Amino acid sequence: MTVKPSWRSAALTLFTYLVALALVAPIAWMVMTGFKTEAQAFQLPPLLAWRPTLENFGYALGVAQFGRFFLNSVIIGLGSTVLACLLGVPAAYSLAFYPTRHTRDVLFWILSTKMLPVVAVIVPLYVLFSRLHLLDTRLGMILLYTMMNLPLVVWMMRSFFAEVPREIIEATQVDGASLAAGFVRVTLPLAVPGLAATTLLSLILAWNEFFIAVSMTYTNAATLAVFISSFKTSEGLFWAKMSAASALAIAPVVLAGWAAQRQLVRGLTMGAIKG
Amino acid sequence: MANQRIGEMPPRARGGLPPSVAAPPARKAARASGSRHRTPALVLLLPALIYLAVMTQVPFLLTLYYSFHFWNLMQPTLGMRFVGLANYAQIVLHDPIFRSVILNTVVITLSLLMLTVVLGLGLALLLHREFPGRGVVRTLLISPFLIMPTVSAVMWKNMLLNPVYGLFDYVLRGAGLPGPDWLATHPLLSVVAIVTWEWTPFMMLVLLAGLQSVSLELIDSARVDGAGPLGVFRFVTLPHLGLYVQIAMLLGTIYLVQVFGEIFVATSGGPGIATTNLPYYVYLTAFQYWTIGVASAIGVVTVILTTFAAMGFFRILNQAVATV
Repeated sequence: MTVKPSWRSAALTLFTYLVALALVAPIAWMVMTGFKTEAQAFQLPPLLAWRPTLENFGYALGVAQFGRFFLNSVIIGLGSTVLACLLGVPAAYSLAFYPTRHTRDVLFWILSTKMLPVVAVIVPLYVLFSRLHLLDTRLGMILLYTMMNLPLVVWMMRSFFAEVPREIIEATQVDGASLAAGFVRVTLPLAVPGLAATTLLSLILAWNEFFIAVSMTYTNAATLAVFISSFKTSEGLFWAKMSAASALAIAPVVLAGWAAQRQLVRGLTMGAIKG
Repeated sequence: MANQRIGEMPPRARGGLPPSVAAPPARKAARASGSRHRTPALVLLLPALIYLAVMTQVPFLLTLYYSFHFWNLMQPTLGMRFVGLANYAQIVLHDPIFRSVILNTVVITLSLLMLTVVLGLGLALLLHREFPGRGVVRTLLISPFLIMPTVSAVMWKNMLLNPVYGLFDYVLRGAGLPGPDWLATHPLLSVVAIVTWEWTPFMMLVLLAGLQSVSLELIDSARVDGAGPLGVFRFVTLPHLGLYVQIAMLLGTIYLVQVFGEIFVATSGGPGIATTNLPYYVYLTAFQYWTIGVASAIGVVTVILTTFAAMGFFRILNQAVATV
């Protein structure tokens, strides 16, 4: 970085702050609106000082059955992430440390399944799931989101395993440790930060997914994304309640995303770029 | 799918790109004890492969199969019968809506790609400096990307774009300008604005990673050769960044063709079909009209179009790598 005249640097910094504030302002306004009364909610210019109320959050959690959708999102997000890791981490380990001449093809085949648009598989899955009585069930959604996140887990974990120093792997093999023992005792602990990032990203993607959720659920297994979409016709009537529910819905993933931000790029580019 | 093309990706690129698929770190170790571990290694791999095949390849083959059949779930008595290419003929030749939908999809995807990459590069350049609070600013800037699409759409639709209570028209009225009903009069622009707001941070992160992985030695040697800051950017940073731009655009194509939640919430594909893209049209034909055969045919067409777009980008990517 070049040393610039300080006033130019200061102006650029100020500009950066303003841009960041402008881009985040809608979110901040929405969160603030959650603490207002319905009458205050659509006052313009937006009220900046008022006595905050928790009424809307109480309404969301109580009357609007927010909790039920929240629970669905938690169970489906965690369930699919655990299942994707159970299937994907061993596969990534195998691909990273025991390559064959097919490894490259296998990896790219896995990537190609991620590139398949969901609309290309949703119809048969709907028909299949309705026959198996998996429509509108949490188990069904867990199976679908596992499909969505498994390629990500394999590619991302493989890229983390690839960073484990090879001397360590060779040492375990010289010691004659079995594949499983080497995996559990040596490699996995070294890859824990990577596993944490992978898990967070998989949770975020499952939490925010909408197309599959709105196609495959009605009431029992509907997630928060589906619940929030029901506010699409609230023309200025329920802004405060809508904002409170939205704020609650995005809080967990925004926090998770901030926590995982160093690894976000790697995950979203399937390990192609390290942030 | 486009996997053969992907296979041509560079074995090892410069800078921050990963150790390649073709050169895993433990190759030597694996060779030393390969045969002993072959069976367990396969056992670790197979469950994931089988799961993916069952959940993606089998349904895709079924989509192909359905696309050659008449099948309306609202009229179960008519059953399912083979109609050859009739569904494809129907959408390609006799359905003016389908043509508009293809055009909408192309317009939405291309404008999103251009806007998010240009704005993302701008933000990345702003962040690629030392200044107080840089970490906090970066954290704030990624937030729009973390929010679920339905929340951003509900928020934009009501609080920003509403003609009576929305912030945009309030500001316009304050400046003495007429505030339009954005979603009614400029629906495509509105949808593009919402999704641009969400996806610019993604492009910013990818391009920032690119900026930060430029070799300092190269920059120094360019300086020694007399290049100014602009010269360094033009001859060192930009060529290096090209690869990252292409990766960003490739992933952008795959993700942005599938934009759905924002359209579902903000416009329901309308007014009319003004903002209906391929995923929303599949949703309509499958889950509103229940015409399974037609929906499947549209799904197949979507795959073909996405694959062509992705292949195009891979070709560009390969050329770029060859010339760098």
